[in-house]
Amino acid sequence: MSVSVRIPTILRTYTGGNAEVSGEGGTLREVLQKLDADYPGIGARILDESGKIRRFVNVYVGEEDVRFVDGLDSATPAGAQISIIPAVAGG
Amino acid sequence: MSLDFGPAVALSCRECGARYDLGPSFACLECFGPLEVAYSFGSVTREDIASGPANIWRYRSLLPVPVDVTSKQNMNPGWTKLVKADNLGKVLGLRDLHVKDDSGNPTHSFKDRVVAIAVEAARNFGFHTLSCSSTGNLAGAVTAAAARAGLEACVFIPADLEQAKIAMARVFGGKLVGIEGTYDEVNRFCSELIGDPLGDKWGFVNVNLRPYYAEGSKTLAYEIAEQLGWELPDQIIIPVASGSQLTKIDKGFKELISLGLVEDKPYKIFAAQAAGCSPVSTAFKAGHDVVQPVKPDTIAKSLAIGNPADGPYVLDIARRTGGAVEDVTDAEVVSAIKLLASTEGIFAETAGGVTVGVLKKLVETAQLDPSLTTVVLNTGDGLKTLDAIAEDASPTAVIRPSLDAFRAAV
Ligand SMILES: Cc1ncc(COP(=O)(O)O)c(C=O)c1O
Ligand SMILES: [Zn+2]
Repeated sequence: MSVSVRIPTILRTYTGGNAEVSGEGGTLREVLQKLDADYPGIGARILDESGKIRRFVNVYVGEEDVRFVDGLDSATPAGAQISIIPAVAGG
Repeated sequence: MSLDFGPAVALSCRECGARYDLGPSFACLECFGPLEVAYSFGSVTREDIASGPANIWRYRSLLPVPVDVTSKQNMNPGWTKLVKADNLGKVLGLRDLHVKDDSGNPTHSFKDRVVAIAVEAARNFGFHTLSCSSTGNLAGAVTAAAARAGLEACVFIPADLEQAKIAMARVFGGKLVGIEGTYDEVNRFCSELIGDPLGDKWGFVNVNLRPYYAEGSKTLAYEIAEQLGWELPDQIIIPVASGSQLTKIDKGFKELISLGLVEDKPYKIFAAQAAGCSPVSTAFKAGHDVVQPVKPDTIAKSLAIGNPADGPYVLDIARRTGGAVEDVTDAEVVSAIKLLASTEGIFAETAGGVTVGVLKKLVETAQLDPSLTTVVLNTGDGLKTLDAIAEDASPTAVIRPSLDAFRAAV
């Protein structure tokens, strides 16, 4: 499935400055694997040593925080928009 | 551009310790951990502080602001009352209870403290627009501070907030954008706006200026200690939305100890949430160190953050200090608002109701020691959340102006 991935400012050094890149995969896990293959090193910024999504990063498929769905196993249908966003406090 | 952040020397990652130059950045490039301000403090004495102005700038030597901050146009928040709450203490069975009443700030919530620091950061970075994602109080604090500082303002809120908060955020000018969604969705939108050319030169006080902004909450810790005669309280109850305020009050207490401004002693930090949005309380009670987000449903809209970024730190601090995280129902919030008002003459917004309600629950469940010095925060003004007490918002009787009518009515 072809999806688009929005890249936060702090990871744009990996994508040559691009704010949005295209991705591939039926689940978030697959999309992140492909992303890391295309932009080596970016995967380890999003996932920790044990392969889980880092504590202070929020990942969304469409409008939904993946922690409300199936985490890394969340489905990423064709055309889905994936956002990777650092956690923010204070409101 | 030469930056002047006073005693602040760097940003450091709370998770992995990586250090960065002072700049408008908020997340670690290595691990996404939150960045916070690191300092090199000079010598700071109680006398220096006491000779300062009666606002947060008396602590300027402990904050990321230029030394001459007092000569700039700002809202000068802080130095709010610490009310000795003997009446409420008697009802709850507490010997030495104090209410730190932050409804006395310029826009009637503690948010003026954090925004004041963010304004200095925005000036330092040459930003022209002040912005935020807000559960309501922050929006008003930002539009007011921007007006006074001569900056543009554009703030974002969930569209269904209390009318009074919307009006306050609007009256100071600037743009007020209601988003059809929850606070967490507003937050996400703002995070994306920051990475977009549209948001260039914008200082989002709680996003790209967050490390500076958050330091403003330390002034609550300093004031409480100074107002207690340079002593830390034994127990403190703090409301939690994102958890930033609680985290920084703890940081403030630790700084006072390490600078020798107060005697080192143990203190317990208790966190308060509304049952309809209690992800941190749920994690605390389950013994977890991760916070699973929730979709909020509570009258305490200022605390309705379902995905609290500093939640894990709140858990750490409550556990480290021997405190706890508790939550109360909306009905308990309303009765706590009335209890505080009818005992101490302090009219709290729903966040204060949550905090006082949790205080009551902590006493009833013996999680709090009633013989010790206890401080409870009221972070906002009840006039902003009138709907919460709508049932009581009419006269007890309406009569003709006659003694007979009054006799009949009483
Ligand atoms: C009145 C009031 N009290 C407390 C809080 C909680 O602040 P924090 O997000 O720092 O936990 C807020 C946040 O919006 C608030 O408006
Ligand atoms: Zn880090």
